[in-house]
Amino acid sequence: MRLLALTIVAGCLTLPAVASADVGSRLWATGGVTSIEGSAGGGLSPWALLNGYASDEEWGGTVTLSRAVTDDYSLDVTGAGLTWQNRVELTFARQTLDLDSLVFPLSNAGLDEDELTQDIWGLKLRLIGDVLYSPWGQWSAGFQYKKNREYAVPEFVQSQDETGTDFYASGSKLFFAAIAGRNLLVNGTVRATKANQGGLLGFGGDKNDSYEAMAEGSVSLFLTRQWLVGVEYRQKPDNLGFAKEEDWWDVFIAWVPDRRVSVTAAYVDLGEVADIADLGNQKGAYLSVQASF
Amino acid sequence: MKPINPMTLTLFLLAVLTIGGCQTTNSADPSGNLYEQLGKRSGIADIVEDLLYLIVEDDRINDHFAGIDVKEFHTNLTDQLCNVSGGPCTYTGRNMRESHADMNITDTEFNALAENLILAMEENGVPSSAQNRLIERLVPMYPDIRNL
Repeated sequence: MRLLALTIVAGCLTLPAVASADVGSRLWATGGVTSIEGSAGGGLSPWALLNGYASDEEWGGTVTLSRAVTDDYSLDVTGAGLTWQNRVELTFARQTLDLDSLVFPLSNAGLDEDELTQDIWGLKLRLIGDVLYSPWGQWSAGFQYKKNREYAVPEFVQSQDETGTDFYASGSKLFFAAIAGRNLLVNGTVRATKANQGGLLGFGGDKNDSYEAMAEGSVSLFLTRQWLVGVEYRQKPDNLGFAKEEDWWDVFIAWVPDRRVSVTAAYVDLGEVADIADLGNQKGAYLSVQASF
Repeated sequence: MKPINPMTLTLFLLAVLTIGGCQTTNSADPSGNLYEQLGKRSGIADIVEDLLYLIVEDDRINDHFAGIDVKEFHTNLTDQLCNVSGGPCTYTGRNMRESHADMNITDTEFNALAENLILAMEENGVPSSAQNRLIERLVPMYPDIRNL
């Protein structure tokens, strides 16, 4: 799957002339980028934007490879998405979190696992509005169905379920010429979730096994139509007794040279993640490459 | 390493961007006059001319422009953009809702025209900030053009 996506990304990068006519008609960067859960958004949170560039008479899609490397972990995400007529977005993402620093403590606990991994299917519906043209912005709702592929570690730390579904509603609005003539993009999302560390540590826990509403948001500025910088924040539940779960945030810069490709780099802080070995805050770098078709 | 407070970082980022942005704006045009940033009426006429070339080449929308009086269209759109940007011009064409009422303009077509306008401004060296200000003033026409 990862190899396939890489091949497609490489193909799109080297065949610009062939692809150009087929990429949708929405304006540059209005598909956002691909979040770590596959939905169009920023890096950590879904936005009301739908992936790719399909406008109301078109189909479009994206393939994405992302990697976050923090002090003690690395997260790889392979994602793909389809959008129909800027109305419905269907996405898939596979996340793999490498547990390098935890292999020894886990092995002491009798668990021979070196990674956490899950699949995420997402569906998002644009309800009303357009991020550029509507005074009230664009509003979407969606869900992400998540399933752990290896459940031994989440079960060991008292997660209650290996599958879970997040439900969310998002609003996105671009304010033209908002700061020194630059366009400002604001996104807000409310998510109902039971997911621990986004689901990589299962769903629900010994401390809490109910849905809770979490706030997520971002503010970003287009320096030009090709360069976007911003900050993102994602509130997190805290369901597991073994370690405290903390909120996530990042600062990002995205380069969108044209519709076919985007590159996003970020500094991420994921707080303390599964801290059974006093690993401390997980801060690090995030890089994501997306191709649209 | 001491963790960076996200709020501090945001403020820092915005401060850097705002200062950078103001310097660009000041050197380009101290008064921030959009009409002058677009190159006054002759600059706008050049943008509209390049826009027309892009429209003719664009299969998403060129059907809608088949058979128009190009010279009249050029004059009217130039006057309109001149007027919208604060210049001393009078737009004498039909109003937007009336002229688009029977055209069933889709979002795809609207986006295509917006894209071509941005490309035409880029071709004429209009700075990003002026492009954004002009589009900000044109966006309220969206419901009229889409006949919503």
